[in-house]
Amino acid sequence: MKAPNRTTGHFNLLARVLHWTMAVMILAMLFIGVTMMASLHLRPTLVDIHRPLGIAIGLLVLLRLYNRLRHRPPPLPADLPWWQALAAKASHWLLYALMLAMPLLGWSMLSAGGYPIVLWSGFNLPPIAPHSAALYTALRSAHSLLAYVLFATVLMHLGAALYHAWVRRDGVFESMAKK
Amino acid sequence: MPLFRFTRKGGLSRGPRPHSPLPWIALIALIVGLIALAFAWLAGWIGRDRPTAQRFTDTIEATGPAHPGFRRAHSKGVCVSGWFEPTPQGAALSRAQVFHQERVPMLGRLSIGGGDPHGADAQARVRSIALQLVSDNGQEWRMAMNSFPFFAVPSPEAFLEQTQAQLPDPSTGKPDPAKMAAVLQKYPSARAFQQWAKTAPWTTSWANTQFNSVNSFWFTAADGTRQAVRWSWEPQAAVEVLDETARAGAGLDHLADEFATRLASGPVRWNLVVTLAGPGDVVEDPSTPWPAGRPRVQAGVLSLAHMQPQAGGPCNDLNFDPLILPDGISGSDDAVLAARSAVYSHSFNRRERETARGEAGDAAGVSK
Repeated sequence: MKAPNRTTGHFNLLARVLHWTMAVMILAMLFIGVTMMASLHLRPTLVDIHRPLGIAIGLLVLLRLYNRLRHRPPPLPADLPWWQALAAKASHWLLYALMLAMPLLGWSMLSAGGYPIVLWSGFNLPPIAPHSAALYTALRSAHSLLAYVLFATVLMHLGAALYHAWVRRDGVFESMAKK
Repeated sequence: MPLFRFTRKGGLSRGPRPHSPLPWIALIALIVGLIALAFAWLAGWIGRDRPTAQRFTDTIEATGPAHPGFRRAHSKGVCVSGWFEPTPQGAALSRAQVFHQERVPMLGRLSIGGGDPHGADAQARVRSIALQLVSDNGQEWRMAMNSFPFFAVPSPEAFLEQTQAQLPDPSTGKPDPAKMAAVLQKYPSARAFQQWAKTAPWTTSWANTQFNSVNSFWFTAADGTRQAVRWSWEPQAAVEVLDETARAGAGLDHLADEFATRLASGPVRWNLVVTLAGPGDVVEDPSTPWPAGRPRVQAGVLSLAHMQPQAGGPCNDLNFDPLILPDGISGSDDAVLAARSAVYSHSFNRRERETARGEAGDAAGVSK
């Protein structure tokens, strides 16, 4: 592992690009997810976006994890209360876990439901779980439940980031926002 | 005040005067709150007067007693299997692999309309067939078709109104005829549908019933030419009419029993007849039939060879979403088609959950 970048105090360029790209993708994905389940009109269009976007997020998070493990992020401010530092670390790893779990749950859930996993017209992914009502139900419930957990975590992450940017003004936000 | 003024590693802001955090905290709460609110609205948790797929499914469920584990509509049926053989005329219309291989295995379901899994076959005005064709390249074409030639109403909202008119009135336990009369008054297509229901002959079998896509789709040919289409499965079996007396005396499972007898002497066949839209034909409205005389293409033959009960059958844990389509076939912008896809998804999730929890009782399904 490379030494943390204490001289610049920010995440490396790849981490920053991945963070902001995936921030947009994940927020869009969550909104697409709830909308496609509720809308009587938009489901076909949104499902067609949801599947390839989800797989793309799943692939990007692998790259992101690799980068995260190779480049230690800048340290949190020394005067940050311990519980905030703990919340920051825990929520970051929870986000990584959910980013990885959600595409896999979606893919396996469709497999267990007997659905073809159409990434785009003419290209299907193979099933990764057996066709089963019980398994489908478990995976389907997990996909929904963890989506709400992800959404709540993303909102907390956003709130905390803005708190660092506007209230504490301690450089944490800029460690990810720096150009 | 610059937004991004900071010092690293916890150093205090060195601005000319300390800033009050309260307006900033309020702004953060506002931003986070607005995003959460938008999410809740899109999910249908707030603004509950809006028709959503969940509420549409709830309404369908409320039209009759609950039957856990069964499909919410067209609840009674049987699993069938067989194969599809395309024609070169079909292959010319669509590049879908199902039209470009000799024979495609088919899994399907024959059913009757309505939400009662124990309903009388011979009293159901609507009959239906659902098919899953899986071609050699692994792509799927799922269809869910009906014996009526056009849809009763033009939009999902009208469909919901029609379903709401079928809800039992709490005081009588029966639908309020005034509500159905209002729907008939409002939608000419609903009156035309009622006319079809009164006058169309009742045939003796699923085998001599014609099934129609009702919604429109697009076929894309190998050269990229797109054509708006509707299709029908026209029976090869001779049409025989079930007269009123025979219908009144028919057994509960008349259609399934008759079909089993028929299958004993060989496969039952339908021709896939694709109707091509002409210029100006309304593609998006399933309640508007296209004018007679549009070109019709015989695109293939379906052969049904086997039948088995839906309980534990291979068709039972399948959602015959008509928008599961292979490359070469795509859905039209018909909003009823989108709504069917949305509601089928909830119906499927609910009955699979009931099956998984062992609530399905008699029938519907065996959790694997």
